[in-house]
Amino acid sequence: MSTSQQTRSGALAGLVQRHGALGVLVLLLVVGGLAFDTFLTAYNLGNLAVQASFLAVIALGMTMVIVSGGIDLSVGSVYALSGVLAAYSARWGPIAALLVPLAVAAAIGLVQGLLVGRAKLAPFIVTLGGLLFARGLLQFLTAEGSETYLVPRESAFLQLGQGSVLGVGVPVLIVVLLYAVGGIVLQRTRFGMRLFAIGGGEDAANLMGLPVTSTKVGVYVLSATLAGLAGTMNAAQLGSGVTVIGVGLELNAIAAVVIGGTLLAGGMGSVSGTLAGVALLFVIQDLINQVGGFNSNLQAVVSGAVLITVVVLQTLLSRARR
Amino acid sequence: MSEVTAGIRPGSRAHLVGLARDYGVYVALGLLVVVNLAITPNFLSVDNLRTQAVQVVPVLVVALGMALVIGTKGVDLSVGSVMALATAMLPMYLGYGPVVAVVICLAVGAAAGLLNGSLVAFIGVQPIVATLALLVGGRGLALVISGGQLREVRNPEIRELGAGSAFGVPYTVLVAVVLVVLVSLLVSRTTFGRQLVAVGGNPRAAEFAGLPVKRVLLGVYVLCAVLAAIAGVLATARLTASDPSRLGELIELSAITAVVVGGTPLSGGRVRVLGTVAGAVLMQLITATLIKNDVPASVAQMAQALIIVAAVLVQRERNAS
Repeated sequence: MSTSQQTRSGALAGLVQRHGALGVLVLLLVVGGLAFDTFLTAYNLGNLAVQASFLAVIALGMTMVIVSGGIDLSVGSVYALSGVLAAYSARWGPIAALLVPLAVAAAIGLVQGLLVGRAKLAPFIVTLGGLLFARGLLQFLTAEGSETYLVPRESAFLQLGQGSVLGVGVPVLIVVLLYAVGGIVLQRTRFGMRLFAIGGGEDAANLMGLPVTSTKVGVYVLSATLAGLAGTMNAAQLGSGVTVIGVGLELNAIAAVVIGGTLLAGGMGSVSGTLAGVALLFVIQDLINQVGGFNSNLQAVVSGAVLITVVVLQTLLSRARR
Repeated sequence: MSEVTAGIRPGSRAHLVGLARDYGVYVALGLLVVVNLAITPNFLSVDNLRTQAVQVVPVLVVALGMALVIGTKGVDLSVGSVMALATAMLPMYLGYGPVVAVVICLAVGAAAGLLNGSLVAFIGVQPIVATLALLVGGRGLALVISGGQLREVRNPEIRELGAGSAFGVPYTVLVAVVLVVLVSLLVSRTTFGRQLVAVGGNPRAAEFAGLPVKRVLLGVYVLCAVLAAIAGVLATARLTASDPSRLGELIELSAITAVVVGGTPLSGGRVRVLGTVAGAVLMQLITATLIKNDVPASVAQMAQALIIVAAVLVQRERNAS
């Protein structure tokens, strides 16, 4: 094989790796639109977008963490905890309902970040501890899950989840805004460049004199805060703090990030890919619903199969690029 | 713990930390027993000891496999879903007799392990993602197979396995003891065990030394999944019902905790089987102690989180020194 051919196939492999999720998404949208009358309607897609918005917010933070070579397993628990805190604090007004959960989430992220960044513990085990701790705290606050806090009916806080501007749901608008900012942060700022550098090779980043510790602390605070925001938005949409949500959500977020072309080894990834990954997961789920007659458990099987396929393809593709 | 993490360490302190990592779990276990003798009524009663032993069995059996996988620097998140698959298969094949049904459950476990192992060994997918896929899909598949329903298990042999005992020791506990001995012998006395530790310590060096790295990895994931399937069968027998939607949920976390608390480092290259047993029993006793003394389950869970992080902090000190 000549060198030019090699580069060309390498470039093609890179393209598929980065934009494969988007391609499959478009394909599924077209197929779904042709097959089901009720699929490509503004109502259905709008609903789908609001449902997907919570995972999208979490997956944004997860993307940054994974780019830095880490992982955050605590997001599902932090998400649920924040929802309960938001519903509880809503009695003190909408500002409190927003700030209390975000502050607690950020504090959890700070502790995790310090343990990973400063004490140099494995992110996987630290955030596993965070997962248990946040879930335990949630159970503690709700009298072992028996108490459900309701957001006061007239609270302006509910608009965060239920409101809409020009027919587009507020959660969807938040997602669009966050991904625009997130894309700029990851691709155009010093913080983003440091994340790539650390994920690409931590020793090298250290030798270059990059502030590895503070960057790592920052990214775990960011991830936890975004998970907190997602939980807050969810509480606003449901009007209450539901205690049983968010179990296994971290896995969906990781799946979306990986499907979106971000390497789990770190050092490479994009937020636009993650958004496509989240959308893909929800479109697959909706299409299975549209087909009907299928067991809802089949969705999990399909998600797992999609994840395996994507991961295998990605690994083979990144080998082809080398 | 704060003493241990202080900046400058003379050699003796590093030595102490090493001891804390290697034997800390036994000391903690001893302390906990003493505390329980003092504050928990009826702690030493045969009934209580039997209850604790029976409750720890599924986590312990899963943790044995997890210790092997972690020894190779990997992790297996799919164990809970493999348990669900086993419990879903069991009632379907009981018509052919309990032995056939159990063998089929173990075969399904082996197949799951082959999938995980192939992804890790041949394709080179990171263990977290490879086993994540089966965690997501496996339970779904178990629910599709079983129709999502809880099924009562009426087979007398399976019921006897769950409820019966020999010489006052429940059968499930006996099975767990046999498995502990087998895994312990596997690690310390066989070529496979040595190869496993070598692969975990330094995969490249192991490859250069001509060890069958891929085959070892494959074998480890198959073993872990088969042990998870056994745990699924034992738990089903004890519950006398097959409940694929709940069985084994979050057990991967308890198993990883038991392994780490027991002194097996997450960085691989070392497997401590007896430490894992002590780790599983310790975590079970901590939860039981807190709950028996009217501490809410939520606080017990937060305590568990702190113990995990503390255990890893101690290990880090050893690695750094």
